[in-house]
Amino acid sequence: MINSRVLLELDGVDMFFGGVQAVRDMSFTIMDSELAGIIGPNGAGKTTVFNVISGVYSPTAGSIWFREQDITPLMAYQVNRLGIARTFQNLRLFGRSSALENVMTATQNRYRYSFRENLRGHLSPSYRPDPDYSYSFVESLLHVRNWAGTEKRIREKSMELLDRVGLADRANQAAGTLPYGMQRRLEIARALALDPKLLLLDEPAAGMNPEEVSALNGLITGIHRDFKLTTLVIEHHMDLIMEICPHIVCMNFGAKIAEGTPEEIQNNAEVLSAYLGDEPDAHEEAVGR
Amino acid sequence: MRKSLLGNAAFVALGLVLAFMPLSGYEEGIVALLCINCIAAMGVSLLTGFTGIFSLGHAAYMALGAYTAAIMTVRYGVHWLPAIVAGGIIAVLVAWLIGMPTLRLTGDYYAIASIGLGEAIRLILENWQSFTRGARGFPGIDSYTNRAVSVGFFTVLGIGMFNLIYSRLGRELKASRDDRVAASLMGFHTPASRMKALLISAFYCGIAGALLGGYMNFIQPSMFDMMKSTELTAVVVFGGLGSMSGTLLGSAAITSVMEYFRDISQYRMLIYGLLLVVIMVLRPEGLLGDRELWAFVPSLRGGVKRSEAREGGEGR
Repeated sequence: MINSRVLLELDGVDMFFGGVQAVRDMSFTIMDSELAGIIGPNGAGKTTVFNVISGVYSPTAGSIWFREQDITPLMAYQVNRLGIARTFQNLRLFGRSSALENVMTATQNRYRYSFRENLRGHLSPSYRPDPDYSYSFVESLLHVRNWAGTEKRIREKSMELLDRVGLADRANQAAGTLPYGMQRRLEIARALALDPKLLLLDEPAAGMNPEEVSALNGLITGIHRDFKLTTLVIEHHMDLIMEICPHIVCMNFGAKIAEGTPEEIQNNAEVLSAYLGDEPDAHEEAVGR
Repeated sequence: MRKSLLGNAAFVALGLVLAFMPLSGYEEGIVALLCINCIAAMGVSLLTGFTGIFSLGHAAYMALGAYTAAIMTVRYGVHWLPAIVAGGIIAVLVAWLIGMPTLRLTGDYYAIASIGLGEAIRLILENWQSFTRGARGFPGIDSYTNRAVSVGFFTVLGIGMFNLIYSRLGRELKASRDDRVAASLMGFHTPASRMKALLISAFYCGIAGALLGGYMNFIQPSMFDMMKSTELTAVVVFGGLGSMSGTLLGSAAITSVMEYFRDISQYRMLIYGLLLVVIMVLRPEGLLGDRELWAFVPSLRGGVKRSEAREGGEGR
C-alpha cells in the first residue's frame, strides 16, 4: 500500500505562556496511516504540542495543517470534528458515568466522512454527525422513530470498542472507580469511538506496571493495524516508543532536537545527553539493549 | 426500547392516579400545586443537576411565564392553553437573550450573574406599571389551572424530560458537566450544550409559572423573588444533583411539608431550613445522590445483562 499523503503538518509552531517558551519552532509532518511517537524528558513540552494540535491552546506563532486544511484558528471542538481525537495524560473521564456511557457519549458524535470529502482530502466546514448514530431532538423527546434503533446501535458499537480494549466486563462500573490502567484503556476506547482520522495518545503508559505496558504495546499496534488509524503517541519512557513507532520526534526544552527512526534516535548524541546527561558510560548502558 | 416504554407507561399511570384519585377540594389543590412545583424543579434540575450550572434566578422565568399567560388571557381573551405554552416560549426567548452573553461564564460566576438577571426581570415587572400593574399585582386571572390541567402538563413534560435525559442530549449535558475540556475534545461545543439546557429549563419554569398564575388567580412580582429562586435550587440539591426522580421526590417532600405546616405559617421557613440541614447532614449528596429511583431496584439496574456485569456490578 503506497500512501504518502501528509495528514498532519506543524510548521514553525511556537507556544509561549508569558515568558515561558513551552514549544519553540516546532515543525514535523505525520503521513497518513503512520504510527509516530514524540519522546522527550519530563517538561519538554510534549503535552503542549498535543494541546496545540487539538485546539486546547492556539499557538503563539506558526500554523498547523490537517488534511490540507489550516486548523490553526479552530477551537477544540471544531478540530475534533475534523477527525482528531485524543486521550489525556491526567485522565479526563466522566467519572460518575459508567464506562459504557463514557464510550457512548463519544459514539454519538461519530463523524461522517463522505466519499467526496475523502477524495478532496479534507472535510467541509459544516459538521454532520453520522446519521447512523444520530437522531433528532423530537425523537429524543418522544423516544419515537429512530431513537430505539439508533440507541441500540450506539450501545452495540460502544460495547464492541470496550471489548476491543478488554473492558467489556466492566461496562456498567462507574468510570472513576476503575483501576488506573483500565481508565487509560477506557480513554482509548472513548477516543476510538469518534472514528477519528488521527489519534493522539498522551502518555498512555503513565502509571502502568511493566506487564500492563507490554499489553498496552499490543493494544496500540493492534489498533493502528486494525483501524488503519494514524496514531501519534507521547511518552517519556523510551522503550515503549522505540518498540512500536517507526517514526520518532524527540523534544527537549520545547524544541525538536531529533527526528527519525528508532536507530537514528538511539544513536543521536543530543538525545542521549538530553536523557542521560553527558557521561558516555551511561549511554552504553541505556542503549545496549 | 422496552425500559423506555416501561418508564413512560409508569409516568402515565402516575398521572392517571394523580388525576382521578378521589380527593377533597383542598387536596386537589395540593396535587395541582405539587405538579406545578415539580415542573419547575425538573427544569432547574436539568440545568443544575445534569449540566452543573447553578442558577439563583430561575424564578424570573416563572414570572415571565406567569405574566405572559395572565396578560394574554385577561387582556386579550386568549384561551388558557395557548397562553400557557406562550408563557413557556417567552421564557425561552428571554433565556436565550440572557444566555448568549452569560453562558460563557461557568461555575460560581454564572450563579452570581443569574441572581442579578433574575432580580432585574422581577424589577422590570414591578416597575412597568402600565403593562403589568407593578407591585400591586395582577388580579382576576381565570382559575384555569385545575387538577387535571396541572397533572396533564406534569405528565407530558415529565415524560419529555426523562426521555431527553435518556438520549443524546442527556449524555451531552453530563459530559459538559463532568469535564468541559474532555467534552469539547469529543466534538461538543460546550457553551451550546449549556444553552440547550438553559432554554429547556426556562421553558419548564415558564410553563410552571403560567400554571401558577391560573392556580392562584393572582400574581405579583414579589412571588418570584430570590427566595423562590433559591427554593427551586434547594429542592434540586435536596433531591440529589443529577437525579431527576430525586428532584421529583424532593419537590414532593418539600411541598407537602410546607403545606402540612400551613397553620403555623410564620414558622414554616424555620422547618424548611431545618429539613435542609437534616438532609445535608444525613445525606450530603441529596436524597438519591446522582442515581435514579429505579437504580435501587436491582432488576432494572444497568444496561448490560447481569451475568456479564457481575464483576463490575457493585459500582454505580
